[in-house]
Amino acid sequence: MTDAALMTNAADLLVIGAGPAGVGAATMAAEHGLDVVLIDENYAAGGQVYRPMPPGFARRGSPGPDAAIGDAQRELLARSPVRTAFGKLVWSVSQTFRVDAVGEDGPTHWTAPALIAATGATERVIPFPGWTEPGVIGLAAATALLKSQQMLPGRTTLVAGCGPLLLAVAAGILKAGGRVAAVVDLASPVDWMSTLPALASRPDLLARGVGWVTLLKRRGVPVLFRHAIIGVRRSAGGLAATIGPVDAARRPISGVLERELSIDCVAVGHGLVPGTEISRIFRARHRFEHSLGGWIAERDRTGRTSVGGLYVAGDSGGILGAAAAFQQGRMTGLAAARDRGRIDPATFDRLVTPIERSRARNERFGRAMSGLMAAHLGQAAAIAPETIICRCEDVTRAELDAAIDEGAATVDQLKAWTRCGMGPCQGRMCGDTAGALMALRVGDRESAGQFTGRPPLRPIPIDLLTGTYDYADIPIPGPAPL
Amino acid sequence: MTGLSFDTAVIGAGVMGASTALHLARAGMRTVIIDRGAICREASGVNAGTLTLHMTRAALIPYAMAGRQRWIDAPIWLGADVGGRAVEGMSVAFTPAEAEMVEQRAKSRREQGAPIEVISPARARAVEPGLNERVILAAYSEIDGYASAYLTGRAYRAALVAAGAEIREATAVVGVDRAAIDRTGGGFTIRTATGEVIRARRLVLAGGVWLEQMLGWIDVTIPVKCLINQLIVTERVRPVMRTVLGVASGLLSLKQFENGTVLIGGGWQGIGDTVRGGVEAIPDNLMGNMRLARYTIPALAQARIARIWLGLESETSDALPMIGAVPGVPDAYVIGCVHSGYTSGPYMGELLAELILGKATSMPLFDPARLVTGGAPVRSGSVA
Repeated sequence: MTDAALMTNAADLLVIGAGPAGVGAATMAAEHGLDVVLIDENYAAGGQVYRPMPPGFARRGSPGPDAAIGDAQRELLARSPVRTAFGKLVWSVSQTFRVDAVGEDGPTHWTAPALIAATGATERVIPFPGWTEPGVIGLAAATALLKSQQMLPGRTTLVAGCGPLLLAVAAGILKAGGRVAAVVDLASPVDWMSTLPALASRPDLLARGVGWVTLLKRRGVPVLFRHAIIGVRRSAGGLAATIGPVDAARRPISGVLERELSIDCVAVGHGLVPGTEISRIFRARHRFEHSLGGWIAERDRTGRTSVGGLYVAGDSGGILGAAAAFQQGRMTGLAAARDRGRIDPATFDRLVTPIERSRARNERFGRAMSGLMAAHLGQAAAIAPETIICRCEDVTRAELDAAIDEGAATVDQLKAWTRCGMGPCQGRMCGDTAGALMALRVGDRESAGQFTGRPPLRPIPIDLLTGTYDYADIPIPGPAPL
Repeated sequence: MTGLSFDTAVIGAGVMGASTALHLARAGMRTVIIDRGAICREASGVNAGTLTLHMTRAALIPYAMAGRQRWIDAPIWLGADVGGRAVEGMSVAFTPAEAEMVEQRAKSRREQGAPIEVISPARARAVEPGLNERVILAAYSEIDGYASAYLTGRAYRAALVAAGAEIREATAVVGVDRAAIDRTGGGFTIRTATGEVIRARRLVLAGGVWLEQMLGWIDVTIPVKCLINQLIVTERVRPVMRTVLGVASGLLSLKQFENGTVLIGGGWQGIGDTVRGGVEAIPDNLMGNMRLARYTIPALAQARIARIWLGLESETSDALPMIGAVPGVPDAYVIGCVHSGYTSGPYMGELLAELILGKATSMPLFDPARLVTGGAPVRSGSVA
């Protein structure tokens, strides 16, 4: 990679997101002759799971398995001819596959005949009273603190929600020297047991899970199955969390066996929602797939969407986990090379088969975990009226319900009528819950719809975008009629 | 054939159609309003909400002043606050050419009754302390303001329900037949994609940029141009401005709402058409619009852009509205293609309702007959 090469903003393929899917796609496509630009807002590849250390940070002790995989993927990328653009916030993607981004050195853009969106997922937190209090963070945020900065999220943390991140975060906190007040899991032991056959497809990951459970047991951390946080409030010592049992629909059994825990941090997450911002902006066809995290772009096995030249790789097209994402990215990279005529169909078939086999194994594991993380309608149904749903704009469930009563029939209309989803998170935090609440009234998630995709993909400061200029530099069109 | 029968059917539930329907329903007419989408979810719900006289076509000033007052008084007559607020407004110049435009345009609009005066840079900066000190001249009006367009649909929907109007949202019209619905031989039969057949004695077409296709249903040809306006809004920021601002050319509209968000508009063009709707913004045009905004209010530099979208604006061949009876088709009316149409919309609907109710209109309408061309009408599928 040379500076001259970097300055050419035309490429054969643009890949947005340098997590496992993006790295897999970019390296595979480049290996088969495509000129690829890989763009990410972070300073290095790895995404959320294989998160890199920030510049200036050194790892304590030996790298864990995720760090080792991340290092291997970063190494793979460094050896490839892929042109990388790190520290670039993509804010616009257009139908002509022009991608606009800003970095510390100002605005830039690239163009290509094909684009792969590999933008991962957003954590879902189903709101409860107090979820907006300082000290209440996502499981994914806790993971980021532990992994990249080796920071404890709090002194005493309540770990709550569902899915494998519960165990990973609780064990991570213990290993880093913190205290875990309890693990509060929506799922039952039976739910976990039912995933065992699929887990057997990845004995290494299963062994890791068993290790986490053993550690929790050894440290005497209570694990409460079929429990949820009822509410969190500020207290003298930090936070007080009320927890209680839930029924099979994940609805709290009111007033029964509730107890309060004194903590200073709550790490809570209810699964992951695919990051479909790009495929929505392209108006690709989407469908709602509960078991894969929610709305996803329709795609074939290699990631081709309903929009010619647009591919979706990894969890942004359905939650299947990091390992499957890498393999699926490789298949998508291969498909892009084939679609651009760099490899013939026979070569494609020969190359794709072993990758697909490996992906299928990882996918089995991913689907089982995704199943544990899928949202249950009972969770949304149980949200109390005064609970804030849109934390950017302080919109409560009661306000959303009132708008639905008045005739709002889609989430877009709900947004216009209440400002739910209009804040700086651009609906990433509230969109799934707003859709679930509307589905309770209109029947299903498809009818409720999803927020229309809008640029910018991330909130962008005007000074970064506009740079330094004189008035004469502004290409003002002819005046409007008088 | 069976189907509900109404005194008037309004097709297109933007602010023009919704206002017309509201006043008809309130006057006691059995009224149905039909839209393929939701009430005020196209231009009427996504425009910049500018209630300014500085960007209004001179000939429409009296209408805009009446419409603006209705937005501000919306809690009283409409029954809900659409965020209509009265603030001062200016159109500013940064170059000698723009200064000349400020003078000319202020004069034309003043002649039509807009209380606009030309003021010095020092006074302009006193009115708007956030304004760039490089301003060389400004047109000032005490009468200006803004509303929050996204609240329009909710307000109108509630008002229409209260007035007893029938509402058909998510109901695309596939065609209109001029058919004898009663012994007099007049009336219209409206076929919809939901299968419902709606009959009405009178027809009001209020489809904004889709009016050309709608008029085709009743064999009338009036070309309608479609503009694709880009809009930009910031996240909530500290107060950076207190007025509604534009530049002399009309290529900027800028205001900060009570919630702290700043809306940047001005009609910079994006990509789209009447078939696909607004497809996407053009990055270079967004950049130009943002540069103009930041130049005008330098404190915007630190604000972050939260959302960008597109709104479709309709325009006739002479850029003046069409509001009135459809020539050659008894009992059919059309309303739309009004520059700064959001501002004057509530008043325009009131005027058309006056005509339909057989009253003298309080201001002249805009006869569509002048716009009819000889060409074959556009025949296309569902647009309403």
